[in-house]
Amino acid sequence: MVTTQNPAAPPALSLPARHPQRRARATSGSGRLAALLVSPTLLVLAVVVLYPTIVALKDSLFGTPGLNPKTGFVNETDPFVGLQNYGAIFGAAGARFWNAFWNTTFLTGTTVALETVIGIAMALIMHRAFQGRALVRASILVPWAIPTAVSGLLWRWIFNSNGVANALTGQHILWTTEGFHAKLAVIIADVWKTAPFIGLLVLAGLQVIDKEVYEAARIDGAGALRQFWNITLPLVKPALLVAVLFRTLDALRMFDLPYILIGAQKTSVETLSMLAQDQAANVRFGPAAAYAVILFVYVFLIALAFVRLLGADVVGDDGPTPLRRRWRAHRRTKVAA
Amino acid sequence: MKSRTTRALQGAGAAFAGLAALAACGPNGTAAVGGRPTFEGRGPITYVGGKDASGSVQAVIDRWNKRHPEEKVTFVQLPTDPDAQRQQMIQNAQTKSDAYTVLALDAVWTSEFAAHRWVDRLPEERFPLRQMLKPIVETGKYRGGLYALPMSSDGGMLYYRTDLLKKAGIARPPATWAEMKADCAKVKRLPQARGMSCYAGQFQKYEGLTVNFAEAVNSAGGEVTDAKGIPHVDTPQAKRGLDFLVNSFKDGTIPKDAVTYQEEDGRRDFQAGKLIFLRNWPYAYPLMAQKDGSSKVAGHFRAAPLPGLNGPGSSSLGGHNLALSASAENKATAIDFMKFFAGQDVQRFTLSRAPGAPTYDALYKDPKLVKQYPYLPTLKQSILHAVPRPRVFRYGDVTAAIQQQAYAALTGSTSSTQALKDLQQTLRQQSAGE
Repeated sequence: MVTTQNPAAPPALSLPARHPQRRARATSGSGRLAALLVSPTLLVLAVVVLYPTIVALKDSLFGTPGLNPKTGFVNETDPFVGLQNYGAIFGAAGARFWNAFWNTTFLTGTTVALETVIGIAMALIMHRAFQGRALVRASILVPWAIPTAVSGLLWRWIFNSNGVANALTGQHILWTTEGFHAKLAVIIADVWKTAPFIGLLVLAGLQVIDKEVYEAARIDGAGALRQFWNITLPLVKPALLVAVLFRTLDALRMFDLPYILIGAQKTSVETLSMLAQDQAANVRFGPAAAYAVILFVYVFLIALAFVRLLGADVVGDDGPTPLRRRWRAHRRTKVAA
Repeated sequence: MKSRTTRALQGAGAAFAGLAALAACGPNGTAAVGGRPTFEGRGPITYVGGKDASGSVQAVIDRWNKRHPEEKVTFVQLPTDPDAQRQQMIQNAQTKSDAYTVLALDAVWTSEFAAHRWVDRLPEERFPLRQMLKPIVETGKYRGGLYALPMSSDGGMLYYRTDLLKKAGIARPPATWAEMKADCAKVKRLPQARGMSCYAGQFQKYEGLTVNFAEAVNSAGGEVTDAKGIPHVDTPQAKRGLDFLVNSFKDGTIPKDAVTYQEEDGRRDFQAGKLIFLRNWPYAYPLMAQKDGSSKVAGHFRAAPLPGLNGPGSSSLGGHNLALSASAENKATAIDFMKFFAGQDVQRFTLSRAPGAPTYDALYKDPKLVKQYPYLPTLKQSILHAVPRPRVFRYGDVTAAIQQQAYAALTGSTSSTQALKDLQQTLRQQSAGE
């Protein structure tokens, strides 16, 4: 999203350093221009990202107005309660919160792991040149094109007690009741829906790999597996990491699939988003905002860890990934030539 | 009325993950402050309700618009999902928008909307409430005042297989749970009844479970909450009610699958000939009576009042009531429209297009309607014995707590005694917090 590649730097480098003073003025001028050009983006970001976040933080410090027992009407102002909403989440509602926290983490971990493996497999299949390739590509992408709410309804039919899932396996499992099977149902439905997303991004990564690299590897006698480990995977890694990061952030906010497929307030699949929605639906915006803030912090930390530890190159500035360095070197030689 | 852009902006604001919308929700005074609202102003208004599946809502509004060209009503159609409807109506109230005038409120939302002053208290004397069934009128009241005008109702009934009961030598439908179980045992001895289950209702963890739980408790002589909203679920009567459901799951009277059932699952099973008895709403009647081959039981079933512990049981009440948004304009027109829209003629017309439960006593005796919907006299009995679902302003919390404990008891993860004890405690805390 934020692809503003250090707008001030390149012109500064290309300017001849004859008059230091003039250069400084020119830089500040172009910096001002850059700031001007970027400002609409920043403004939009401030309105749609910063403002709601700050308002959510503020709201999370307010409680729910009580009922005036004499009139029977709800009081008109939200009382300021400080950090009480957070205290309640970790105190009185702690069991429910931690259950939702582990559910969210577990569902994210399992679904993203499965989606990555299946997505890569899909991408490899879609990348192959064979007859009917267009058809295969289109059909792999169909689940991704279906809205989550609709796929939730579809899978609810499949996991009905008289549904296809039970008919195929010959079992009689009540999927939407509490238990591990409910988690399993959500995982299956989610993997089905979003593995194509990873497949699509990995496919894009595959398509930019030079064929000559494989040719060279074949001449050196590398087998298919070796080619995959030593060429395909490292070269597709930047695209794959971005795909996995996006999926992880998305899965951490998982709401509609468990809500529609299994149902509200089912302990087995209740996620953090569902807790926030539950509070908001009961017109308790303070506690709802507190849940949202906690989820925000959690998602933020995971994203930060991704970028720091795995070097996911989302922002596209100074990611110290090997590929990037190679690309820079490549560009430099090109410029020199 | 505000301009289209204003409303679009409000919609967009609400769409920003709800977060942005929260900022605009500082509650302040309404028209109701300082005595009774005056209901002034004439002009165009809107009617806000769920999806109009049969098309009769638009037809009725067209009729009004023809007669009142200066006070036109626009139909704002909300999604089918009741939660989504409630959400949009609350958002409208919190932004103090005048986009919504007359709201079709679900009967159980009355207390919440009234307590938050999102809707105005209505002038009772201007509506023919005496011609309506009393339990239905109660669903529109909060603390003795009328906040919503009943437009349609809904009551549970016991659908039963006339052919099988007759073959088993049973003269009339069961009035008690014990009779029902005995009838099932007799019917199951018939060769035609092989593989059939006895009874089902709605036991998935959703609003339907609250309805079925409340019916069981009320039918055993207990009550979930009293008129003041105080819970009484740790009583022996309530336990006998819940035990009927729990034991029926244990002894197979209710099939195990039914713990995942909503209305449609039970209806499908019944019309496929898998159930002898079914608790459902009137909407199912014409669907199950269809002679196009979709229903195996067409012509072989009827509806009876719900059975109870020692005699006829009592139903929960559903339905929709008309309320007047506090932030609306042209309230004089709105009151007239409400009177027209919930009127007897309109209800007769609506009923002739789609099954339902009217609020006027006279319509339950209308020969033409009774011929079309043979369930009407039974439904009237069901409604007269009905008890409203808990009338508390935090209904969402109450129904969530009921679903939590009833579901735990039905699936056997807690005993019915423990479930009711926990439920009583939760409900008491909630009512203390009010």
